[in-house]
Amino acid sequence: MILDQVIFLITAVVVLTAAILVVSVPKMIHAALWLILALAGIAVLFVLLQAPFFAVVQVIVYIGAIAVLVIFAVMLTRKAMQDDGPQLNRYSVLAAAVSLMLFAVLTGMLLSWDGANNLPVNPAVNPDTIVNLGESLTNPQGFLLPFEVASILLLAALVGAIYIGREHRAGKEEE
Amino acid sequence: MLEYLPLVILISLAAGLAVLVVILGHSFGPHRPTAKKGLPYESGMTPYGPGTRRMSVRYYLVAVLFILFDIEVVFFLPWAVMFRKLGVFGLVEMLIFIGILLVGYVYAWKKGALEWE
Amino acid sequence: MNTIPMSYYLVLSAVMFTLGAIGVIIRRNPLVMFMSLELMFNAANLTFVAFSNAFGNANGQIFVFFVMVVAAAEVAVGLALIVAIFRTRHSIDIDLMNTLKN
Repeated sequence: MILDQVIFLITAVVVLTAAILVVSVPKMIHAALWLILALAGIAVLFVLLQAPFFAVVQVIVYIGAIAVLVIFAVMLTRKAMQDDGPQLNRYSVLAAAVSLMLFAVLTGMLLSWDGANNLPVNPAVNPDTIVNLGESLTNPQGFLLPFEVASILLLAALVGAIYIGREHRAGKEEE
Repeated sequence: MLEYLPLVILISLAAGLAVLVVILGHSFGPHRPTAKKGLPYESGMTPYGPGTRRMSVRYYLVAVLFILFDIEVVFFLPWAVMFRKLGVFGLVEMLIFIGILLVGYVYAWKKGALEWE
Repeated sequence: MNTIPMSYYLVLSAVMFTLGAIGVIIRRNPLVMFMSLELMFNAANLTFVAFSNAFGNANGQIFVFFVMVVAAAEVAVGLALIVAIFRTRHSIDIDLMNTLKN
């Protein structure tokens, strides 16, 4: 089906453009908005990969919550962040070289592997995502333990974020 | 792939309408900007200082609570699909999960993160 | 009916991952570094889902689930730290955060 390929190419171009802009635009709020576009593009790719549940989760969790949190953080720190100085740190040239090497190694490794070219992404196979997911998540032989441990991680993050982020008022609390 | 067509139509309608409204407003509205008109509206007085105010950190705390309970709710969905098959065992699993997160909820409540004042 | 070869997805996510890595290493601004981290998380997620689809196995998708949980926890605590540092130091230049060094 040629339609799939067209959608993939358009989405890939959009995602990559947005990703380049995220790391390059000087204004943080613009970077955050481009990040949302990149995340939305990934959601489209999830749909192409027969994972509609994850497309929805991507929109709900990443765009609806994480991106909003990032934008809040940008707004909270805006005054200090109106950055007139250089956008790059001292080692930027070296760092860029290392990153390009990383890219070369990644693609070299991936493409030298036979499966990369032989394994088709098959739209005919449709594992019933949510049912499969629920089966593995609730199965003691499967991912039940990680599932319960995830709640402990969330609890730790909740307590940590509240403790760090709270305004410490003098006289009322410790500190 | 065809089952996503309504979604595509919806998104393009929404985006198209937004673009259309902006274009129509620009092309039919009169444009005679003066220095006074360009000022931000400040109930008649001349605005001074930076226009943007730093937001309160309470917004941030609410957003953190939202994100964590959002993830929790996302976990409910695969579990809910399996609920009938699992019976009491599934209920216990989920009660443990919720119970652990309830500790965090109680902590947030006790620390006053839910209060706006 | 194999329409899009696996290698397309792999290369796309490799490029995205590298862009995120570049952003994390060369930018000075911690918030932009966070956004680049999200890009890297998403590149990894994309690979997981692509492999999960190619092998017809749901385990990759489970991993995406947990990656999202970790990303949410990381963003919540990390951004709280940045906001707290901003409040005490009134600057979040990453090169100045070396109080622990001495």
